[in-house]
Amino acid sequence: MRDFVMPPAAFDERDMGTPAREGAPVTLTIDGFAVTVPAGTSVMRAAAEAGIQVPKLCATDSVEAFGSCRLCAVEIEGRRGAPASCTTPVAPGMVVHTQTAKLRKLRKGVMELYISDHPLDCLTCAANGDCELQDMAGAVGLRDVRYKAPAEGGLANHFAPREASGAANPQWIPKDESNPYFTYDPAKCIVCSRCVRACEEVQGTFALTIEGRGFDSRVSFGARKDNALASDCVSCGACVQACPTATLQEKSIIELGTPERSVITTCAYCGVGCSFKAEMQGDTLVRMTPWKHGKANRGHSCVKGRFAWGYATHKDRILSPMIRDRIDEPWREVGWEEAISFAANRLRGLQETYGKKSIGVITSSRCTNEEAYLVQKLARAVFGNNNTDTCARVCHSPTGYGLGQTFGTSAGTQDFDSVEHTDVVIVIGANPTDGHPVFASRLKKRLRKGAKLIVIDPRRIDLVKSAHIGAAHHLPLRPGTNVAVVTALAHVIVTEGLMDEAFIRERCDWDEFQVYAEFVSDPRHGPEATELLTGVPAAELRAAARTFATGGNGSIYYGLGVTEHSQGSTTVMAIANLAMLTGNIGRKGVGVNPLRGQNNVQGSCDMGSFPHELPGYRHVKNPEVRDVFRQAWGVEIDPEPGLRIPNMLDAAVEGEFRGLYCQGEDILQSDPDTHHVAAGLGAMDCVIVHDLFLNETANYAHVFLPGSTFLEKDGTFTNAERRINRVRKVMAPRNGYADWEITQMLANAMGGGWSYTHPSQIMDEIAATTPSFSGVDYALLEEKGSVQWPCNEAHPEGTPLMHVDGFVRGKGRFIVTEYVATDERTGPRFPLLLTTGRILSQYNVGAQTRRTANVVWHQEDVLEIHPHDAETRGVKDGDWVRLASRSGETALRAQVTDRVSPGVVYTTFHHPETQANVITTDYSDWATNCPEYKVTAVQVSPSNGPTGWQRDYAEQAAQSRRILAAE
Amino acid sequence: MSPDKMVHMANQIAAFFKTQPGGKAAERVAAHLRDFWEPRMREQLRRHVEQGGRGLDQAVIEAAPLLR
Repeated sequence: MRDFVMPPAAFDERDMGTPAREGAPVTLTIDGFAVTVPAGTSVMRAAAEAGIQVPKLCATDSVEAFGSCRLCAVEIEGRRGAPASCTTPVAPGMVVHTQTAKLRKLRKGVMELYISDHPLDCLTCAANGDCELQDMAGAVGLRDVRYKAPAEGGLANHFAPREASGAANPQWIPKDESNPYFTYDPAKCIVCSRCVRACEEVQGTFALTIEGRGFDSRVSFGARKDNALASDCVSCGACVQACPTATLQEKSIIELGTPERSVITTCAYCGVGCSFKAEMQGDTLVRMTPWKHGKANRGHSCVKGRFAWGYATHKDRILSPMIRDRIDEPWREVGWEEAISFAANRLRGLQETYGKKSIGVITSSRCTNEEAYLVQKLARAVFGNNNTDTCARVCHSPTGYGLGQTFGTSAGTQDFDSVEHTDVVIVIGANPTDGHPVFASRLKKRLRKGAKLIVIDPRRIDLVKSAHIGAAHHLPLRPGTNVAVVTALAHVIVTEGLMDEAFIRERCDWDEFQVYAEFVSDPRHGPEATELLTGVPAAELRAAARTFATGGNGSIYYGLGVTEHSQGSTTVMAIANLAMLTGNIGRKGVGVNPLRGQNNVQGSCDMGSFPHELPGYRHVKNPEVRDVFRQAWGVEIDPEPGLRIPNMLDAAVEGEFRGLYCQGEDILQSDPDTHHVAAGLGAMDCVIVHDLFLNETANYAHVFLPGSTFLEKDGTFTNAERRINRVRKVMAPRNGYADWEITQMLANAMGGGWSYTHPSQIMDEIAATTPSFSGVDYALLEEKGSVQWPCNEAHPEGTPLMHVDGFVRGKGRFIVTEYVATDERTGPRFPLLLTTGRILSQYNVGAQTRRTANVVWHQEDVLEIHPHDAETRGVKDGDWVRLASRSGETALRAQVTDRVSPGVVYTTFHHPETQANVITTDYSDWATNCPEYKVTAVQVSPSNGPTGWQRDYAEQAAQSRRILAAE
Repeated sequence: MSPDKMVHMANQIAAFFKTQPGGKAAERVAAHLRDFWEPRMREQLRRHVEQGGRGLDQAVIEAAPLLR
């Protein structure tokens, strides 16, 4: 297979056999060539570095050497026998021979034995042409297999359903096809255990094992009778990737055959931003495999990026533009020109009647940087206002504010590689095994090497206890008390004298620190004083604080369980305080790491999607910044902040905001207080939805512009570590245009006069106007694979670690973080607290993942409820329950589990049938209006099915999705 | 925006800045509102204060004149 886009020479695609090592240089001789490699490197890898491939089967460079297949034997002068090159480390002056008559004979014998227990159906095998067993048979020159089953039966093998005698072969196990994406065919297995080791070492799930001994050894998903689907397997694909044969094989390859080319691109799911090879036949995608040189994922993947891409060709995708005068009418399919001019005329008409500020945009955190940049430019340069916002409003806007105030920039401080150097980790308000699975695997790998973990979360998330890892401390706080808990941690550190005074004196404002130290030292912030409020036992909190302050490199990873609160911004500041207090900023293994939700939520914020700031986080009030864009765009920039998403909806209800262009975002399902969102959308005169599917928001739209998938366009995504990764077009847009082209058509219909012909030109404009991007262009991304911003003259190759020599703002600023209780409180009517989150197999509003086979793992949202709370309400596992808050009610099935504490219930928001956001309130973060999704007072009661509202909603949705047949 | 929601949001902002050392809560509230609230929202707040500022924290009431 050849790469269509040839990666630069630095990106060596070969399997080097064993993982890379870091160490002092060691020089040895292999087949007469001198090779210098780091100490600890295997002889196999050293040979590969010299361009010599030693035959191998059980070794692959994603997992540690195992030394079981004996095929990689070499001869080493002065040593007896033929040691395995995979498990033998290099030594200075070592003289190695990889090809001798003795080795040839030995390898041929090994291969003969392997092949004697393998079906000879290569021509019809799914791995034909992509099978290492086949390759090795060729490499060792195997020409004959002498071992044959005797006619009378008795010679056992694993691959024939029946013995030569006709009797059933007890060693034969049928193919397991239970996983929707790959099959396990034990008949083809050579028991190299690469899959088992990949599951352990790369993914960290330990779902696979070798069962039995000797000839009975079999790869098994848990117990022998379990199948792949019923097991602990999370379908990450690491085992399939590691398998050298067709034993573990993608179903897409079985159906379509092997790919003929591949293109490096970036996953469009979560904020980890994994690099993938899109493997193609013509313009058909046949497989996505994680790219080993991807710096975010280092060759790993999760079920979503690896397998859940079928939505791109799902029958629900809308491929023609549609319009309607009123939302109670059916849709009418029209040409692009008519749709764009309908939209442009309506928007301009609204501005003429209701004023310049009566319309706005929502940029997409799923689209590319270039597309987000154009959508905010549409608002600022063509609409003439700052009414632009993005989904970060409802997720990480408090990160922007909180880190900006304390450090001087909203940027997360580390790269993902940093986790390999951490000694003690706080995970707060995040559930990485579900939300950011590839990062979770990297974290678990570090935990298995001895790093300590502190989990601060109301739920017992998987990281608290799973195979071979566990949290040293789990602080199961009551939802809404983050500030009290993090401030109590700081209290312990300061009052017990565990802070890093030298760091604080050198790097932070000392006077502000002293005010802060006095504040946190007050006994009312002590864990004993806050225990009643937070529900966290004081002794456990003290122990956690000591572990973090004294355990070496301390890092903090957090998610939306921090930000989506009335005090979201305050908690972010408290986290920043904690990092400064312990000197954990500015080097590997430490830092403050926001785990971003969507693939490009970092990028959409970077690109000026917020209504108060231009690209590069510069406030619109600054005349010198406005001047940069005035010169670039030839228009005056409004110096006043525009409306945020909740403000747009409020203004719509008041009649002051009448038109919205919403790209790649489903605010009706994802934003809080669905009734209020619906009222706002319903009050507008022109809602333009630009998306792949008729999403929930489209029920209220007048114009539908069909979008393109990440496979159909060029551009860049920026992940949670500020890494700008290329997205590459592997097929033509099925809807006719890439999304950036569609925004450009709309802008031009409104007099924009834009003339971009490729996204690289948009990136050039971003670089020209935005200092933190000034060094970025597509040529650099081709050369480096990716770069982390800031990338400019001072950092021409990007910035893996922030604040190395000093904070962006100069001195780090400690901020007083007083706990203020949310006004959302439990009481007799609503005695429980609801908190919401994600599950591994589904993504966000589910628009993509619900249209893939991932639904086998999660077909509906369920309500997790503690056994005590369930019992007092007469609720049993699997029962329908009514979930009600002050905002609204819905019904879903209950799952009785002690993962949640008594008094707390939990659900996801992946399914529109449930509409969990009917329940959530419109309370929000004080600084940024980020909604308080994580705390809602609710009541749960038995129910016998969906509520009347759910039935009405389904009916209304069906009505609003009617499409008239084209004339 | 409903007056209740506006009052709630403004009071939340005041609740934070009142806890900060160095006083000047009203100035800080005003600066935050100028940076993040769209002019129509600030205008609605100013009008509410002119009409007595029912429900508003004192720091917000003192901040309102600074929004001009």
